[in-house]
Amino acid sequence: MSAVVRDYSLSGPQGRAAVEAGLASAVWYSSPVARKQMKELMKRKDGPAIRDTLIWFASLAVFGGLGIALWGSWWAVPFFAVYGVLYCSASDSRWHECGHGTAFKTRWMNDVIYQMASFMVLREPTCWRWSHARHHTDTIIVGRDPEIGVPRPPKMLSLLSNFLAINSGLNELREVAIHTFGYLTPEERGYIPEMEQPKVFRTARIWAVIILGVIALSFVLHSWMPLVLVGLPSFYGAWLYLVFGLTQHAGLAEDVLDHRLNCRTVYMNPIFRFIYWNMNYHVEHHMFPMVPYHALPRLHAAIKGDTPPPYHGLLETYREIIPAVLRQRHDPEYHVVRVLPANARSAEELTAQPIAA
Amino acid sequence: MAEKSWVEACKTDDVEAEDVIRFDHSGRTFAVYRSEDDEYYATDGLCTHEKVHLADGLVMGNIIECPKHNGRFDYRTGDAKGAPVCVNLRTYPVRVEDGAVLIDIG
Ligand code: FES
Repeated sequence: MSAVVRDYSLSGPQGRAAVEAGLASAVWYSSPVARKQMKELMKRKDGPAIRDTLIWFASLAVFGGLGIALWGSWWAVPFFAVYGVLYCSASDSRWHECGHGTAFKTRWMNDVIYQMASFMVLREPTCWRWSHARHHTDTIIVGRDPEIGVPRPPKMLSLLSNFLAINSGLNELREVAIHTFGYLTPEERGYIPEMEQPKVFRTARIWAVIILGVIALSFVLHSWMPLVLVGLPSFYGAWLYLVFGLTQHAGLAEDVLDHRLNCRTVYMNPIFRFIYWNMNYHVEHHMFPMVPYHALPRLHAAIKGDTPPPYHGLLETYREIIPAVLRQRHDPEYHVVRVLPANARSAEELTAQPIAA
Repeated sequence: MAEKSWVEACKTDDVEAEDVIRFDHSGRTFAVYRSEDDEYYATDGLCTHEKVHLADGLVMGNIIECPKHNGRFDYRTGDAKGAPVCVNLRTYPVRVEDGAVLIDIG
């Protein structure tokens, strides 16, 4: 089998080939939804996100408080385990939704939670805003999308280590250190406009002060407790966001202009949907990023006749992902092919629309 | 101002209050807005971040939010309101005559 070597870097030949092939900044398929209904779905509200944020803060306080109360006994471990997931994995989806500016209707609320969640999940807010914009423009286009979670062939050790954010988290801290001194990586210079770059340096310096402050406090108190509450949860609480996140695209097609073929929608229970803020409706989110998380179930109902069948839970999803990723170690060309409903429109029918200049 | 640069973009009823529609003319594309208080405005039709039609976006008060990455502009002035939009949007003079929305595309 002659596998084509894939170059996932944003400055490599595959990125240039994607541009030449018309895969970059292309017109993507979107399912038909009447404008009136879409306006209804896009409508912003503060209520659901305020409610969810209060529940989130209260849960952090309860589980963190019980962990502190039981400090020194093994009984503290399960409470800190939940605290870590709420701290880090729930922040992943808050970072995401507030980054889109759709979680709250009020802009400053999105901005405050975005900054907070970015720190808690260890994602520099400016770098990741731009990287995520590119992910939406060129979803799983090799050489263009900086957020391809499982490149082919997959690097299993790095993938598995990310369940504790070892690779991703340490990499982020390394970049924070670089940014603190006023430097960006060449890739970052490629997608972060110059006028935005000072924000990266400012945030990195604030983060460095917080992180060093917590480390210093731990030394002063001769206790790990400050670090277990702030800093380390970004690592020990990361596993669930990876469990959720891998369902989005892992094992699916690359270089297609149809989110129905490279994203998954997975039905989840209400607790998972609270932590993940409905990002399990991932086909819908990519197709219509303007629709807030609380309206995604309604959007799903509106377009499900035009999308492949959703997965019923994580178990069914991982029954597909694990063999696919294992196979891609030896056969990088392999991917799962999503089958569109018989009466669904094809991407070609839609992408014929020209964009006037 | 040369009268010939004014073109009819739509009828006043073609666009709902607090909404936007697309208007294509001579290979160019525009977005025509109607505010909550029935004022009409026009801007370039494509977002300045990437070539995405703003008419598919969401109008909230004086803001048009782009459907692709949620970049925001004040559609009255064209001002970009923050990342990922950094470049202002071009705006066009608008007038309403006999139930039609005219824009000066000159
Ligand atoms: S294309 Fe409009 S914000 Fe990116």
